[in-house]
Amino acid sequence: MSDTTNGGTEINGAAGNGTPKIALRGVHKRFGQKVVLDGIDLTVNKGESMVVIGGSGTGKSVMLKCILGLLHPDSGQIQVDGENTTHLHGRDREKLLHKFGMLFQGAALFDSLPVWENVGFGLIQGEHMPRAKAKEIAIAKLGAVGLGPEVAELFPAELSGGMQKRVGLARAIADEPDIIFFDEPTTGLDPIMADVINELIVQCVKDLGATAVTITHDMASARKIADHVSMIHKGRIIWTGHANDIDHSGNPYVDQFVNGRAEGPIKMQVRAL
Amino acid sequence: MDFLATIGRTFLVFLNATGRLAMFAGLGVSHCLRPPYYLRQILRQMIDIGYYSLPVVGLTALFTGMVLALQSHSGFARFQAEGAIATVVVLSITRELGPVLGGLMVAGRIGAAMAAEIGTMRVTEQIDALSTLSTNPFKYLVAPRLIAGLTMLPILVLVADIIGVFGGFLVSVYRLDFNPASYLQRTWEFLEPVDVISGLVKAAVFGFVVALMGCYFGYHSKGGAQGVGQATTNAVVAASIMILVFNYLLTGIFFSDK
Repeated sequence: MSDTTNGGTEINGAAGNGTPKIALRGVHKRFGQKVVLDGIDLTVNKGESMVVIGGSGTGKSVMLKCILGLLHPDSGQIQVDGENTTHLHGRDREKLLHKFGMLFQGAALFDSLPVWENVGFGLIQGEHMPRAKAKEIAIAKLGAVGLGPEVAELFPAELSGGMQKRVGLARAIADEPDIIFFDEPTTGLDPIMADVINELIVQCVKDLGATAVTITHDMASARKIADHVSMIHKGRIIWTGHANDIDHSGNPYVDQFVNGRAEGPIKMQVRAL
Repeated sequence: MDFLATIGRTFLVFLNATGRLAMFAGLGVSHCLRPPYYLRQILRQMIDIGYYSLPVVGLTALFTGMVLALQSHSGFARFQAEGAIATVVVLSITRELGPVLGGLMVAGRIGAAMAAEIGTMRVTEQIDALSTLSTNPFKYLVAPRLIAGLTMLPILVLVADIIGVFGGFLVSVYRLDFNPASYLQRTWEFLEPVDVISGLVKAAVFGFVVALMGCYFGYHSKGGAQGVGQATTNAVVAASIMILVFNYLLTGIFFSDK
């Protein structure tokens, strides 16, 4: 079955060093009649940068939201650091989420709060840090993504799209998470700003020693960020391999996607999920 | 048979919606009762509901009091009962018009704003962002609004009561040539604590309902700008209808034995 070809380097199962950071086993999710995740298996090892590619509406965002617990899978298991987190609720879920940082597609900054409070939000609300200290850290984190202290007092609506993404990145790394998710980090940015964001992502992940999962359909971004690449199609992972092997995966689906061809085994999905 | 199936389906949809709303309300209340509290958020909502709604609610009360005095004067003159105007004004305002009109104005102002704000936060993934930052959206967004609605509307209505009675006083004294002292005396004479208290209890319930509807429809909005618009409309309409229904039920509870 070419659908489940596992080309490139073998990274599933016990090939990684010890327990995988994140492991999805047979995760299913449907909305009404529509099957979105159809048995996802994905392993992300500690400290690696995994990029999940796939067309619009293939279930990439739903997969991330299931891992974070924003959506609950219908069946299957999601493990973080070897622990089953599929059914965590309330305080336990909040505690688990301390390990995570996330950069949302539209940055999702809180528009009622100034930039510094956005960045320091997790520190103030989650870790109960005094506001003055959180502000200091927030300004330092803004510096790390190339924004000066003068930006700190602005409101998100006053920033350009690229700057909002940077602030979103600063917020995602503010409380130094173990795992960072990037949801289409370069969508809607010009190519130069997209590259700036890519560079920042690589830098931040390296500095923190974090594990990163990025979902994108931007191949330039994938090539820059990824250690390993997985391709998702119709709710299943159809290929996983090393980033260097992406151009000779031997998988027709991956080939069509990487080269951006309209002709091929993947037919365009008309309806959104 | 199709007809029966339609009735059944509609009834099931209704039960489903009622159940969801009840669960949402239960969850919201449970977060109101358990720490931690986000004091800044509570304060912000209190100022928004209590302070910034004052002009709208105050003006409504003022004109309602003035109209009441005029109307009851022209009506009561037919059977020489003008002396009852002061009592009619104060009882109507404190028991009914203060809380109901105040509640409806706040539903339009605050319910709509809450639904729009929370709805926009939903469609721009800000609510998801809250969760990923280990902050419970119910605690951060819903509970402060419920607490503020519940506590601020009675205060707002108390002020509205005073302004409404003052409106009636102005018209009676300056237009209908009543004696100010005897008008005020008549205002006090038949006013009982239960008149004011029942109005304030109503206000608390209405405040809770307005905040609940704003949060509920905002929280469940989807599909971008259109969805947020729909949520806002639904919040105001549902809050207004529920205010009228609860007004009847509460009036029945307070005054059924008289």
